[in-house]
Amino acid sequence: MNPMNISNTSVHTSELATNKVLRNTYALLSMTLIFAGVMAFVGIMTGIGHGMALVADIVAIAMLWFVLPRTANSGAGIPVIFAITGLLGFGLGPIINHYLAMNGNIVMTALGGTGVIFLGLSGYVLTTKKDFSFMGGFLMVGMLVVLLAAIANIFLQMPVMFLVLNAAIVLIMSGFILYETSSIINGGETNYIMATASLFLSILNLFQALLHLLGAFSGNDD
Amino acid sequence: MDWMQITSALFLGAMVVFLFPRVKHAVANSPKAEKGDWMSFIIPIAAVIGFVILLIMMVQ
Repeated sequence: MNPMNISNTSVHTSELATNKVLRNTYALLSMTLIFAGVMAFVGIMTGIGHGMALVADIVAIAMLWFVLPRTANSGAGIPVIFAITGLLGFGLGPIINHYLAMNGNIVMTALGGTGVIFLGLSGYVLTTKKDFSFMGGFLMVGMLVVLLAAIANIFLQMPVMFLVLNAAIVLIMSGFILYETSSIINGGETNYIMATASLFLSILNLFQALLHLLGAFSGNDD
Repeated sequence: MDWMQITSALFLGAMVVFLFPRVKHAVANSPKAEKGDWMSFIIPIAAVIGFVILLIMMVQ
């Protein structure tokens, strides 16, 4: 057999595998986003408090750290990712209720804005096929700094710092969408359940940060 | 200070502890950016900034 043919076959197989991961990721991401939306609606309708939302978030993140990595390579990963995204969606209830009471337009604008940003950034990576793996360290350090600043602001309660943090989260989550999408198409991420979890968290954080920013600049935040 | 603030701070603190080894690993193992790589990052991020400003103007 011609070595050139072997090489071409290998490249073709790799591309097929990448397309499969991408297709499965987007299919699972769509389903988890719809499920999270339904659970957020349940959270809004039942009027859960911030305490219950915090508990739902803690359980979801604990499952993300300790259960998902052990189940992501098997079919058991699917119910786990739905449980995580459902709990995170449910936890959005009080925040969405707060902004709905202020001005319903803010929630719809944040939702639409998140969708446009995600589709735009994904389209950019899928079109250019750029490799953003060089951003890994930069994004992780940025995330760590944001977390430390967020802890400080729980005690300091500075509105300006809150705004700066949310602006930084929008940029970092946009970076993570570029990074993760590029990782899928360049073969760095081969597990569609883990890829879905990563993209879901970026979208969720982007939505929340946009909601806070739009709420603060709409002129009727308390 | 209520229990919510303390629990939130503990939760975020746990995230920092969990994230720290991954940050160290990512910093040590991320490939170096080549010429033009940062520009390909700055362009879409600048578009995001512009879009967010537009959204803010829409809700004001």
